[in-house]
Order: sequence, then structure tokens, then C-alpha cells
Amino acid sequence: MARFALPLALFVGWWLATARGWVKSYQFASPRDVLAELANLAATGALWHDIGASVARVFAGFAIALALAIVLGALVGGSRAVERVLDPTLQAIRAVPSLAWVPLILLWLGIGETAKITLVAIGAFFPIYVALVAGIRGVDRKLVEVGTTFGLSRAALIARVLVPATLPQLLVGARIGLTQAWLFLVAAELLAATNGIGFLLTDGEQTTRTDEILVAILLFAVCGKLSESGMRWLERRLVGWTDTVPV
Amino acid sequence: MSAARIRGLRKAYGAHLVFDGLDLDVARGERIAILGASGCGKSTLLRCIAGLERPDAGTIATTGEVGVVFQEPRLFPWLDVRRNVAFPARTAAERARVDGVLGLVGLAHAAQRLPKQLSGGMAQRAALARALVRDPQLLLLDEPFAALDALRRIELRAAVREILEFTRASAILVTHDVEDALALADRVLVLAGAPADIAFEGTVGDGATRAAILDALGVAEYEGRARRATSR
Repeated sequence: MARFALPLALFVGWWLATARGWVKSYQFASPRDVLAELANLAATGALWHDIGASVARVFAGFAIALALAIVLGALVGGSRAVERVLDPTLQAIRAVPSLAWVPLILLWLGIGETAKITLVAIGAFFPIYVALVAGIRGVDRKLVEVGTTFGLSRAALIARVLVPATLPQLLVGARIGLTQAWLFLVAAELLAATNGIGFLLTDGEQTTRTDEILVAILLFAVCGKLSESGMRWLERRLVGWTDTVPV
Repeated sequence: MSAARIRGLRKAYGAHLVFDGLDLDVARGERIAILGASGCGKSTLLRCIAGLERPDAGTIATTGEVGVVFQEPRLFPWLDVRRNVAFPARTAAERARVDGVLGLVGLAHAAQRLPKQLSGGMAQRAALARALVRDPQLLLLDEPFAALDALRRIELRAAVREILEFTRASAILVTHDVEDALALADRVLVLAGAPADIAFEGTVGDGATRAAILDALGVAEYEGRARRATSR
């Protein structure tokens, strides 16, 4: 129950502040207005349309990032030679705050779906890549030796020892990457969008409707929490064998 | 036919020459123990036989399957005990041996457990079962009891002894414990020197008595100490 105490207190505070007129409704909408706006958006179908658009962008960008990170991470983690060629460049790109790419992406790709998905993919890529390379480097050499004593081929060693041994790190990276994907989605949809949860934010700002803005924030919180819980569930299912305290 | 035959083994790590022309034979069904001070090269010898280190020169020939048990259990943490034991199995016949070897090491009741749910002694038993699945003719045991407390050590030593007698496999046991050697081996060797060579060799119940082995180990150690002391 303790976990609900603070949200409940915040909600009561919010309700009191708006009901007593401590804050103006154009600065902060009341809970009733926010719920009414939520119901309104749901009734017109705009809510599901916007959630669907945002979720689709996040998953498309995340899937691309995951695929690229697995390929590049496996290459860099598996070979020092490839690491020397690729890793310094990737680390340099990583050092650039990812939002700095936005103008370039807009110039190259316009303001369509491709640009948004690309931005999401850039945000999600690096946590997954970094975690995977660290995971491969950190595989217990002693377990690899066991495979060697049984005469496993290189392919079998990868499939039966390296992949399962690396999976926990990959999943942690993927969880952080998915969080990053939502972060970058907001940036992408704030810049240019005609739908999506981020569109509700800009629309609410331009029409000074704080109820709409708060609905958008609420939706981001729910979506972010749901995808994080989903990833944690996946971790428990797939790598519950780890003997470490989950982060 | 011998279980293992080593001729002219030479192995160096950089400038440090571990072996320079070591010969060793293990007869079929024979169990030998190799003792020696820490860092004398006994583990390196075992790793060369297991194919984990490449000798610089010389030949190592083994007959049939070779099973290895390390100081740590080295179980795959993502597999339960049964799947760990079945890991090396390639054929239906080897897979069919899994339950048998689990029973042999006394782990039939723990087949579904994950390695993190095992005690040190149980984990080492699982590692032993895994090494037995391919029905090896030679077992390489690298300080297999070193990580266990005194009681587990005695228990597992007795279990290994029974298993070796039951399977008739040859074994090379590397240990620093004279009791391990006397309990399990037919023949005891002491490695000493740099490069290391066989400084003592005897049959258990004949030349290799506790006193003789300790003496051989002690002499090797004292010689080293004396050399260091006089060079100061």
C-alpha cells in the first residue's frame, strides 16, 4: 500500500489546488477536466489513434535499433579487429547528444515517419549496443573452456555458451533502450507530428489547453511504465537463472 | 594400450619454461595423482592434456573420450542440473546415460534445480556427472575438492573413488593434498623444479607412503626455500 501513498497525496493536492482556485485552470487543469478530456478523446477515437501512432513509432524504431545493436555488438564484441575499426567511431557518435542529430535528420529525411522512427532508433541503439559489447566481453572464460573441453565447434560454442551467457546483459540494455525510445519519441513528435501522444502536447500548448497536455503526460507515463514492466517480465522469464540482484 | 601417453612435452609462458621434455604414461584403468607446490605446473600439465593449452613441443596422445572436472564446478547457470549434465551428450546413447550418472553422483533428486540453488558439494557432483556422460576412458581432475569444506571433501572423495572403481576409467588427479592422492590413486607423482619434472614416483601401498610423499614434497619445497635464502 505504501507505494500508492505518494501518488494519492499528489492527486489530493492537485485536486485541492485546482478546486480552491490556488492555480488558474489555464495553468493547470483540474483532475475533472483532465478526465473529461480523456473521455472525450476516447469517445472520438482520437485517443486510440494517437496511442497507436506513438506505439508503432516506438516499436519500429526500437526493433531497428535492437537488430542493428545485435549485429554490430556481436561483431565488435566477438572480434578485437572489428572493435578497433568500428568502436571508436561508434563511441564518438555516442558522445554527441543524440538530439543534436535532429536538424540533420529533418534535412535529410523530412518530417515524415522515417525521420521520427530514425530518431527513436538512434536513441534506443546505444544502450543496447554498449550493454551487449560489455556482456560479450564479460562472458566467463571458464564456461567457454568447458565447451572447449567437449570439443564444441565455434558455432556451437556461440549458440550454446556465448548467446545464453550474454542474454542477461542484452535484456538489460534492451530495457534501457526501450525507455530511451520513448524519450526520443517525445522529441520527434514535438518537432513535427500530426498525430501521436506528442502531438497532443504541442496541440495543447498551441491552444493553451492544459487538460490536453496533462492527458498526454499521463499517457506517456502509462506507456513508459507498461513497456518497462513488460521488459522486466521478459527478463524474469528468460534470465531468471541469474544469481545477481536485479538492477 | 595406454590411456594417455606424453612424450617430450615442452611448454613455456614467455620466458618462464614450465616443462622441457616431460614424459608421462597412464595405463588403461590406472589412476595417478600429481602433487607439487603451487605454481609448479601441475595444472598446466592437465590443461595441456585437456586441449586447453597448446604445447610448444612434444606429443600428447589419449585414448577415447576425456572428461574434465575443474576446481570450480563451472556449471552453466542458465541450465538446470539435468540439462547441465546432458550438455556434452551428442548421441541418443549418451543422452540415455544422463539419469544413470545423476544417480551415480547422488543427484537424482536435484535434477530440476538451477546451479544457484546448489551447495558447493552438490555443484561439484553435478560437474562430475557432466564429465561422465560421454563415458570417458580418462578423467582429468584438477583440484576437484579444493573449494569444499573438510566434510564435503571427504564425502566427495569417497564418491569419486566409488565412481572410478565402477567405471574403470583412468584418472589423472592434480592435488596439493596427500590424503586425496592416497585415497584415490594407484600411483603418485611429485612435480618439482623449473622447468618441472617428476621428482618422485611411487605406487600406493608400496613406495608411495604418506611419509615418502611428504618428504618428496618437503624436500622440493625446502630446496626452493634454501635457494632463495642463500641468494639473498
